[in-house]
Amino acid sequence: MIPELGHFALILALSLALCQGILPLLGAHRNDQAMLDVAKPAAVGQFVFVAFAFGCLTWSFIQSDFSVLYVASHSQLALPLPYKISAVWGAHEGSLLLWVLLLAGWTVMVAFYSGSLPKAFGARVIGVLGLLSCGFLLFTLLTSNPFERLIPAPPDGADLNPLLQDPGLAIHPPILYTGYVGFSVAFAFAIAAMISGNLDQKWARWTRPWTTSAWLFLTIGIALGSWWAYYELGWGGWWFWDPVENASFMPWLAGTALIHSLAVTEKRGLFKSWTLLLAITAFSLSLLGTFLVRSGILVSVHAFAVDPARGLFILAFLAVVIGGALILYAWRAPGLDSDAGFKACSRETFLLLNNVLLVIATALILGGTLSPLIVEMIDGSKISVGPPYFEIAFAIPMLPLVYLIGVGMHTAWRSQEPGPLFNQLKIPAIIAVVAGLLVPFFFYGRVGVLLVTGMIAGFWIIAVSLIQPIRSLRRKAGTTAITRSALGMSVAHFGVGLFVIGVTVVSGFSVEADRSLRVGETESVAGYDFELRGLRNVDGPNFRALEGEVDIYRDGEFISQLRPQKRTYLVQQSPMTEAGIDANWNRDLFVALGDPLGNDAWSVRMQYKPMIRFIWLGAFVMALGGLIATRDRRYRLTATETEKASTLSGELA
Amino acid sequence: MKPRRQRMLAVGLTVAGIALATALTLQAFKENMMFFVEISEIEKGNYPEDRNFRVGGLVVEGSVRREIGELELSFDLTDYENQLTVNYSGVLPDLFREGQGIIAHGRLGDNGIFMADEVLAKHDENYMPPEVAESLAGHAAAQEAVLNSEQQGQ
Repeated sequence: MIPELGHFALILALSLALCQGILPLLGAHRNDQAMLDVAKPAAVGQFVFVAFAFGCLTWSFIQSDFSVLYVASHSQLALPLPYKISAVWGAHEGSLLLWVLLLAGWTVMVAFYSGSLPKAFGARVIGVLGLLSCGFLLFTLLTSNPFERLIPAPPDGADLNPLLQDPGLAIHPPILYTGYVGFSVAFAFAIAAMISGNLDQKWARWTRPWTTSAWLFLTIGIALGSWWAYYELGWGGWWFWDPVENASFMPWLAGTALIHSLAVTEKRGLFKSWTLLLAITAFSLSLLGTFLVRSGILVSVHAFAVDPARGLFILAFLAVVIGGALILYAWRAPGLDSDAGFKACSRETFLLLNNVLLVIATALILGGTLSPLIVEMIDGSKISVGPPYFEIAFAIPMLPLVYLIGVGMHTAWRSQEPGPLFNQLKIPAIIAVVAGLLVPFFFYGRVGVLLVTGMIAGFWIIAVSLIQPIRSLRRKAGTTAITRSALGMSVAHFGVGLFVIGVTVVSGFSVEADRSLRVGETESVAGYDFELRGLRNVDGPNFRALEGEVDIYRDGEFISQLRPQKRTYLVQQSPMTEAGIDANWNRDLFVALGDPLGNDAWSVRMQYKPMIRFIWLGAFVMALGGLIATRDRRYRLTATETEKASTLSGELA
Repeated sequence: MKPRRQRMLAVGLTVAGIALATALTLQAFKENMMFFVEISEIEKGNYPEDRNFRVGGLVVEGSVRREIGELELSFDLTDYENQLTVNYSGVLPDLFREGQGIIAHGRLGDNGIFMADEVLAKHDENYMPPEVAESLAGHAAAQEAVLNSEQQGQ
């Protein structure tokens, strides 16, 4: 009964999404107030029904209702309750439902916080979001219904993939998806601007906080994914450049470019059509990412043949959304650009460079990710592209970018005299060079070209990010403090600096050793002695495990005891490596059990990962910067000003 | 410097930078592109000689051999028709086991043994790497045809 209610609620949500998608757009075109008024209630109604459907599916999981096919395939009686809930988005059908729910959630947020928008414009934004929702609901109902029954019901389910039974991966998809879906708001703003033919600086001011919010969720989502891969996949890497990761990283890069280009559009009214194109690109890459990963087409073209209905729907949907947006763009965007000028040395130039470099990075990653597909279609040979390609292709545009950040953020709009800029940046530059040379030499005893380039870049960004906040702290009474926008920028760039240092040190000084160890034996890695003390059997709620006891000493002093596990999940009988990690702010020690080698020996992987925490810390600091920037006063000011204006006009009428 | 010459210099530097970046990227792509080679093709000698490539197949039951207590091991891969011996040293992925479809990265040694520097098994019980699945399907069909014709011959 509950699943049928959920299914029915989805159908109702679809009909409301149709109303939400068609009537407000038509109303804005015909200037029909009644039709415009449909937007908000339709959006709220749609959200309520999707949320109800989502609740029904969650309930089926909690109740272990194995007469629902999706539940039977991805849950099990002994699965701990939190994982029964996170199993809802553990596979295709449920994660699609989560997409729809988040899309409806963002739409409701827009509907409630769009008081400052002109009514017709707000209605258009909600209308475009409604149309997107129609597409996703149709896809869910026609090809991926999560409520499909399985009669007769099996006595127990097939269990959730053990890899997903982890707190990190329970929260990673919702946050990542919140980011993905959030770019739909920027997309809808772009489409609405093109339909109305009206794109001014106010438009950019409305769009910015939404885009930054989506971006910060995506940042956290990607960082969580990387962290999860590090400790759960068992082998200590933090980024593998596999298609799934690239699919989330490309919208992030395009979104980062969009945030910066929106700044120019807001402050100077420039780069308008470019901003629109980036908004379309960021969302298109989100769509591409979701679908390509879910359909499995990136692994092989033949994945399409597995489920042609889904494949065809995906292609058609992508063609309509991306193609439609680009046609609208070709038609309307050329009339939008203004021709205000700027000098070669100005913030505009640096933000333009930022955009060019980020787009190049996106394109190179897209090329690498899709090339196996393209090559297979051309001559049928099967290739794969290894991580070193992505590392080089990414570093080429990113190295200049990290150096330019420091200059760009202290350059004035319109025109900047090089002299004062140079004076301002002299001291941070000296600090960066000295720290970049000394830190690797003294702490790690080795220097190299790439290492020093990376270290200087990291310290450089950190140093320049502190200029504005420090100046604000030391200002005279009565002068204005740093704005939240500027503080957010400084914090986010500070995060980039932490990230760059983390990446440089991890890639330069990590030590990794696969060894054969017997109980009682000791192996030394990077100055740490790893002693395998013993092995014992332990039982979890739905797995059995062999647990190793590894004591770590440094110069005879006890550091920590780690307990890496080799688990076997009972239902799927699949083995899983649970690494033992001793985390510290400046290094991780990592131990994973491999296989029994006979004669009581085990293969053991031991790793020393210096500064790896800075990678995720940097990402979280970037997201924090985004959060601070969205709290800037002027975004609220526009809202209250317009409210006042509308009450006034109300009184007059 | 006159503004005109300044501009020319800027354009020149940009073009040179882009050319260099493109060259480096293409080089990186060429070096890191790995072909998937079927086991039957290796037997015919159709494989890249001085670079890494990928092979895939089923791990033959009972073929995993290692010296007791050592990390080095070897095993045989099959596509149902042909076999290839693979050497590897290191920790194996969780889902590596006999009978499982796997992919190995590495190169072919002079002795006809594949020296793997990476072994991949996907984290899903039902999942077979698509290249392997396809290669297996082809050879299974061929094998069946041979069996059928033998039966008809008798």
